[in-house]
This record gives sequence, structure tokens and C-alpha cells, in this order.
Amino acid sequence: MRAGLPGYDEYTGSPAYDADYPLANREIALVDLLDRLLSDGVVLTGDITLAIADVDLVHISLRALISSVKADMPSPWGGRGRGPFDMIGGG
Amino acid sequence: MTPASYAYAVTRGLKPEQVAGVRGVDGTEVHLVAHRDLVAVVGAVPLEEYDADALKAKLERIEWLEAIARAHHGVVDAVGTHGATLPLRMATVYRSDERVAEVLRDGYDRFTAALDDLDGRVEWGVKLYVEPPPPEPAAPPSATGKDYLRRRRDARRSREDVWRRAAEFGHRVDAALAELAVDTRHHRPQNPQLSGARGENVLNAAYLVDAAGARDFAERARSADGAVPGIRVEVTGPWAPYSFAVPADPEAVR
Repeated sequence: MRAGLPGYDEYTGSPAYDADYPLANREIALVDLLDRLLSDGVVLTGDITLAIADVDLVHISLRALISSVKADMPSPWGGRGRGPFDMIGGG
Repeated sequence: MTPASYAYAVTRGLKPEQVAGVRGVDGTEVHLVAHRDLVAVVGAVPLEEYDADALKAKLERIEWLEAIARAHHGVVDAVGTHGATLPLRMATVYRSDERVAEVLRDGYDRFTAALDDLDGRVEWGVKLYVEPPPPEPAAPPSATGKDYLRRRRDARRSREDVWRRAAEFGHRVDAALAELAVDTRHHRPQNPQLSGARGENVLNAAYLVDAAGARDFAERARSADGAVPGIRVEVTGPWAPYSFAVPADPEAVR
């Protein structure tokens, strides 16, 4: 057993999720969440978001992130111009 | 107040009682909109607060962005405990539940195929950080310009070594995990100023894994942590398959 690894022992590997596995209650880093919520998920053209281009949706949210951290950040992600993983990053 | 419908996720065969008490944005209870066996999980929101201008304003404020993101995720997670779930992009808002039903009807084949692909699978996140060694203590003044240049060159090479080793290790980890996974997706590396994480995030990947092998996968990923000095591996999940939700063709669901 690997005690201390959050959620590890509770996870049973049953199809999809185990109902007893309280994912929603775990502390999830906002930045990990936004990786998924902003850049992924099925992109449907909502009646409302029709007026907000996808790219806008990402950018306006990122402005919130940028202004939430102090100082002079050129871009919210990709702290380094080119990291060793750019070749596997797929863009 | 004009009501609008905020859509969180699409799934199949979900019963209303299974989402009883599940609350989404603004703490509003969610309900279901069905078309045949497809079900969209929807919450009523005031249109005035979720139209384009209001959304823009909300999403530009970190506290709102976070509240909406966490509420959205909470619903997706709750729905995900019951079966294959397609998370929708944050802030997908329709004028009415009828419009949501229309979207399900028009995209029926696409949603069904995507749900089939994700059935019985979960997403794991794996992040790899490089923590370069601390800079050399200030050297005594160089005896000669040649010494100085050599020291600078050595320091640069040592930094490059760290990165090269990290890159090699990361490729090996990524390749090994990808082999255990059904699919792989690379997110952009996270800025440490946002994540608050130590070191530099050089790999930010998501893997779609069969639930039966999910435990092994996580164990394998975690075993990479500490395997190489200066490199840290963090595993998050299991997630609903956000990173693998197939983008529906906007033309087909408009």
C-alpha cells in the first residue's frame, strides 16, 4: 500500500468511477482544472457562447489568471520560451 | 429574469434521482434534458448573468472563474460516477432546455460514438518538473580571463546537462505511460507562477486509461517520481475524460 498518496487506495479501478471515490471533495489545483476546462471538453456552440469565440473564452479567462498573479508575466503558460519538451508537446 | 440553460455534460441513461442534490454554478441544482438514451446535465441560470457580456466579465475575475470552474467540475465529477461522461467546455450556455435537446438530437451519432470510446476509461494527469541545481556559489575573482570563460562554459554545460537528462527521462516516462494508455494528450506546460509548483513544468500530459488498468497506471507513473535526481513527477486524477472528449462539429450542432 502506498499510504499518503491521496485517493490512491480508495481507487478501485472499477469502470469509470467508483461511486465511493469522492473525487469532488478532493482539493484540485485550479490550474490543473483550467488545463482541462478551458482547452478541452466537447466544444459546442452554445447560444450564448456563440458570441464569444472559443479563443476569446480562453483568453478572457487567462486575463483573470494573469491579473491574479503579481507582476510582469508575458504569458500565462509556458514560462520558458522553449523547453526540452516542446518537441513532444504537439503545439 | 430570463432563464437560460447552462450545460455541463452529456452522458447516457442517467436517472434524475442520480443527480438529486447535485449543484452547479451559483449553487443551483442541476436537472436532466434527454433525447432518446442521451442525457444532458443542465442547470438553470439567469440569462442576464450568463450572456456574452456577463460571461466575459465573470471569467475575467479570478474568484468567478474559479467558482464556475469548480462548480462545473463538481457536476462533471458527480455525473462521471455513474458512467461514461462527455464533459462540455466551461460556459456552454443555451437559451432553453429545448435548445439543449435539439443539440443532443442533432449531434446524436457524434455523442454516441464519443461516449462509446470513453466508456470504462479514465484520465490520469502526469506532470514532470525539473528542479535545476542551485547556482554555484560566487567564485573568487578569476585569475585570468581564460579561467573565467571556462567557468562560465562549465556552468552552462551543467545546466544544459540537467535539461538534457530531464528531456530524456521525460520522453522515456511519456513513452512508457503512453504504451499503457489508450490515448495521450499533451497540455501546455504550466507556469510555476500560476501553479505555485517548485521547478519548471516540462511535461503536462493526460493519458486515457482503461479502468481495469487504472491502478497499475497510476502506480507506474508515481514510481517515476524520484527515479532521477532533480526531476519530480506528479500524478493527478482520475479525471473525467476532459482531455479526450471529442470535439463535436460545431456546424452539426448549431
